[in-house]
Amino acid sequence: MRSRTIPMREVHVWELPVRVYHWVNALCVVALCITGYIIGKPLAFMKGTEAYYNYWFGTVRFVHFVAAFLFFFNFVFRIYWGFAGNEFARWYNFIPLKRSQWKEIMDVIKVDILQLTHKRIDSIGHNALASLIYFITFLIFLLQCLTGFGMYSAMSKAFLPKLFAWVVPLLGGDMQARQLHHILMWGFIVFALVHVYLVFYHDYIERRGVTSSMIGGWKFIEEDVVERHDLQEESQKS
Amino acid sequence: MEKRPTFYEEVTSDGVPRRDFLKFCTAMAALLGLESSGIGQIVKALETKPRLPVIWFHFQECTCCSESFIRSSHPAVADIVLNKISLDYQETLMAASGFQAEAAYKAVMEKFPGEYIVMVEGSIPTEDEAFCCIGGRSALQILEEAVKNAKAVVAWGNCASAGCVQAASPNPTGAKPVHKVISGKPVINVQGCPPIADVMVGVVVHLLTFDRIPQLDALNRPKSFYSRRVHDTCYRRANFDAGLFVESFDDEGAKRGYCLYKMGCKGPVTYNSCGIIKWNDSTSYPIQSGHGCIGCSEAGFWDNGPFYQHLPSVAGFGIETTADKIGIGLGVLTAAGIAGHAIVTNVRKHKEIANEPESGSSSDNT
Repeated sequence: MRSRTIPMREVHVWELPVRVYHWVNALCVVALCITGYIIGKPLAFMKGTEAYYNYWFGTVRFVHFVAAFLFFFNFVFRIYWGFAGNEFARWYNFIPLKRSQWKEIMDVIKVDILQLTHKRIDSIGHNALASLIYFITFLIFLLQCLTGFGMYSAMSKAFLPKLFAWVVPLLGGDMQARQLHHILMWGFIVFALVHVYLVFYHDYIERRGVTSSMIGGWKFIEEDVVERHDLQEESQKS
Repeated sequence: MEKRPTFYEEVTSDGVPRRDFLKFCTAMAALLGLESSGIGQIVKALETKPRLPVIWFHFQECTCCSESFIRSSHPAVADIVLNKISLDYQETLMAASGFQAEAAYKAVMEKFPGEYIVMVEGSIPTEDEAFCCIGGRSALQILEEAVKNAKAVVAWGNCASAGCVQAASPNPTGAKPVHKVISGKPVINVQGCPPIADVMVGVVVHLLTFDRIPQLDALNRPKSFYSRRVHDTCYRRANFDAGLFVESFDDEGAKRGYCLYKMGCKGPVTYNSCGIIKWNDSTSYPIQSGHGCIGCSEAGFWDNGPFYQHLPSVAGFGIETTADKIGIGLGVLTAAGIAGHAIVTNVRKHKEIANEPESGSSSDNT
C-alpha cells in the first residue's frame, strides 16, 4: 500500500451559495446547449401527421426559455455573491489587476498547461488563470443573455425581456443576433469539455480533493500554504 | 397664393366615384391598424388637404419598389395612388426628361419648402460618388440638396433602408442607405425588396392624414407594418411548434405544407407583414407558395445566406461553413488537446508515483 504523510489542513473554500450556483448553472448550461442545438437544427423525425396532434418543438423551446430565465437569475445572484461572499468568491479574484495574479497565470501555463516544470501552485481557491477564464465565461454569459433575451423580447410582453429590446437593432437585426447566439453556444460546449477535464487533472495531480470540494465545500490544502495565507491575512489587518 | 385642389377634388375630377374613394379610405384605415373612427379622420384629411408634394429619386436600385408601388391592390386604388401624391419628380413615371425634369423638382423645392417629402429608392455610393450620377451630379449631392428643406424622408425598400445587394460584401461602391448619409431629418425605412405595395401606400396615407411620421421601431420601420415577425404571423406556424418540417422541396412534408424552417426560411428573424397583407391583391406570399422567406426586409440579408440554409455561413471560412461546422471542429480540436494533455500528465504522474515511498518504510527513502 502506498500512502503519503504530507501535513494537510481542511479549508472551507466554497460556501453553500457558491455550490448551489455552480450546480444550478451546470444544469442550465447543459439544458440550454441541448435544447438550443435542437432549436437550431431540429430533427424532422415525424412524417404523415398533422400539426394539431403534436407540440414537441414548442416544448423544446419552452424548456430553453425557462432554463434561460433560471440561468439569468442564477448569474445575477453570482454577481451579487462576488461582493457578498467569502474571499474565494469575491470579484477581485476574477479580474487580474495585480501583478501577482499575472505571475501566477504565467506559472500555471508553465506548470499545468505546458507541463514544463514542477512547481506547486499555491492558490487555495481558483488559480489565477482559472479565474481569468471564468471572467471570460462571465462575459460570454452576459453576451448570451443579451442576445437571447434580445431575440426573445420580440415575442414577449413581459418586463424583463423588454429591457433587452435594444440589443437586436444594435447588432443590425435578428439574423445577426441569432448567429452570435449560436456561435457563443459553442463557447459553452468547449468550456465545459475543458472545465471537466481540468477538474479531473487537478484532482489527480494536486490531490486536494477539488472534485468533491464543489459538493462539500472543503478542500485539502498543504499546511504551510494555509499558514502563509493566515499570516498574510493578519499582516493585512494590522 | 393659388389654392391647390385637395386630394379628393383631384380624384373625383378624374372620375373616381365617392364610393370608391370611401372604400379606399376604409381599406387604408384597416391597413394602418386604426379603429373605425380613424376612417373618418382619413376621409376628412383627404377631403381637405392638398396633395402631398413629392420628389422621388432613383439611385442605385432596380426600380422594383416603383413596380410594387404601382401595383397596389385595392380596386380603383391603383389610379388613386398614382394621383394621390403629386409625383412632381419620379424618374420612372414622369413624362418630362432632361431640362424639364430638372426644372420640375427644382420647382417643388422652391414652391413647397418644409412641406415636400423626399422619397428615395436605392442606395447611395460613397466609395466613389461617380458610381451614381444623374444630370451630371452625384446621388449624394442631389440627395443632400433635396433633403435640406424637406419635411421628411421616406426610404423605399432595402436599398435605401439598409443597402441591400449593393452593400453586400464586398460592397464595391461603398453603398450606404439613406439614414447613414443624411442627418437632421426623420427617415422612414419602408423595408422589403420590394416593400409590399399596400404598405407603401399606407405610409403615404399616414403622412397625409396625420401630418406626422408614423410610429417607428428601433430600425426606423413603421411599427404598424414591421412590428411582428413573418414567423409569428405565418399560417404554417403550427407545424413549427409541432416539429413538422420540410426537408426537401419534393418530400411529403412539402406536400402537406409543413414548416420551411429547415429549408432556410428566414421568417423567424424577419419583421414584415407578408403573412397578413400578402402580395398581389392578397393572393399569396412566398411561404404560401412553398418557398421560405429570404428575409428581404432585414439589413444584411444577402450576407446572411445562403437562402436555403438555416444557419448563415460564417465569413472568412468559405461558402457553406456554418457556426456548427466550426463549433464541431473546435470541439474535436479541444478533445484532441485534452487527450494529448492527459497522456503527458499520466507519464509524469507514473514517474511521481514510482518515486513515492511504500507505506511503513522509513522517511529516509524519499
